[in-house]
Amino acid sequence: MTTIADFIPPILVAQSVFWLMVVLTLAGAVLAVLPLKIVHNILGLALAMFGLTGIYLYLGSQFVAMMQLLVYVGAICITYIFAIMLSPPLELSPSKRPAVKAITSLIVGAVTFLAVVQMILSTKWAPYAQPSRDWTIKTLGQELLTRYFLVFELISLLLAVAIVGAIMIAGIGQKRD
Amino acid sequence: MAGLVGLAIIAAIVPLNVAFLVLLERKVAGHIQLRPGPMEVAPHGILQTLADAVKLLGKEMVTPLSTDKIVFFLAPIIVVAPAFVGFVPIPFSPMMQIRDVNVGILLIFSFSSITVMSILMAGWGSNNKYALIGAVRSVAQNVAYEIPLLLATMSVIIMTNTFKLGAIAQAQSSVWYIFLQPVAAIIFFIATTAETNRAPFDLVEAESELVSGFHTEYTGMRFSLFFLAEYTNMVIAAALFTVLFLGGSSGPFFPGMIWFLIKTYFLIFVVMWIRWTYPRIRFDQLMNFAWKVLIPIALLNLLITAIVLKVI
Repeated sequence: MTTIADFIPPILVAQSVFWLMVVLTLAGAVLAVLPLKIVHNILGLALAMFGLTGIYLYLGSQFVAMMQLLVYVGAICITYIFAIMLSPPLELSPSKRPAVKAITSLIVGAVTFLAVVQMILSTKWAPYAQPSRDWTIKTLGQELLTRYFLVFELISLLLAVAIVGAIMIAGIGQKRD
Repeated sequence: MAGLVGLAIIAAIVPLNVAFLVLLERKVAGHIQLRPGPMEVAPHGILQTLADAVKLLGKEMVTPLSTDKIVFFLAPIIVVAPAFVGFVPIPFSPMMQIRDVNVGILLIFSFSSITVMSILMAGWGSNNKYALIGAVRSVAQNVAYEIPLLLATMSVIIMTNTFKLGAIAQAQSSVWYIFLQPVAAIIFFIATTAETNRAPFDLVEAESELVSGFHTEYTGMRFSLFFLAEYTNMVIAAALFTVLFLGGSSGPFFPGMIWFLIKTYFLIFVVMWIRWTYPRIRFDQLMNFAWKVLIPIALLNLLITAIVLKVI
């Protein structure tokens, strides 16, 4: 019996989906920074997070992928959207970005980027661990509260930062009016 | 290969099922309120939805001038995607399941969070006050009711110790979880009714105050995509309830698939029954109910479940 797999090797499909997801992530990242309307930024962020979900799936980590979608798209982006509810309406022309702010964020971004690149280059990469086939809740919970405790805590910190950020944006928006 | 066939079946079933549900909704509404509903097209009006669908497809797609074109265009497309993905892990019977994904239940919940995003895109992109208020209400409501929904689901999941929907359905072969977890079942039912924007929680499209909510500006095919997503989400919610609390496809005499469909459509009928029986509640009541009643009860239920499981 001939199947589709005879004509197109599955690994090719998987790799093309992977690159599609990389492109989606990068496009989302660009969208998250460049457009002036804040809603477009958030939608870009959501797109980037969605792309990351695809990459996690490609790497065989379904749980992390679903959590990525649930926490980042479903929680963080929605939290930001609560801030947007109070942002200026469409018909007003968007305010110009102060040069100082732009330069500062550029410097911070460049430094972070260099640090991450340095970290990636200096790490001795081990061959990747064999993904576990154990999908019970007990194991997931134990791993989250022992081996991946730091990651778990960082996610909660991130959520807190997102909420504080949302309040900040809302507060500043109200002061300007 | 089986995956592709399954996807093709989903693509065919989803719109047909929606057509059937729309007719069912109108008939149920008609009979509950002592007016028989549509009667003109074919005997007892059974072809009414077909006529409606053709009419809807033929309508012009109007894009208002001041909308945010791209966001406005993308919103109805994105809203249907999770509705299709949601069918992938649902075990209609032990034989009839597209993929028993390891994280089945998480898959449905995480993709349903994309729906919230697209509703907001629709409301904001329309550049219309009513649409925006509808969307904002929808987001607030979805965020509020997602927490008790997940907590109620968690109390079932820690009993079965797995995210696989097939395994959860099989774990109930002796006794259904609706008897072991009645509180979780009630919370789950209320929360899914709210998540799918069904009455009495349909403040998103409260037509008397908000025209029709976030899809006010959408016409023709685009509007029908929102409609499709709403009804499909209802089916997914009812199917999830069947899997989590009603033992999935288990039952005597008939094959599993039939039992699954009977349970699912009975739940959908109950949801419609509720819609045409109870009045819509006020928005502050809606939020208070989620944050002050449902979440504490769901948390308590989860705690008690955990303690009982630990003791046994």
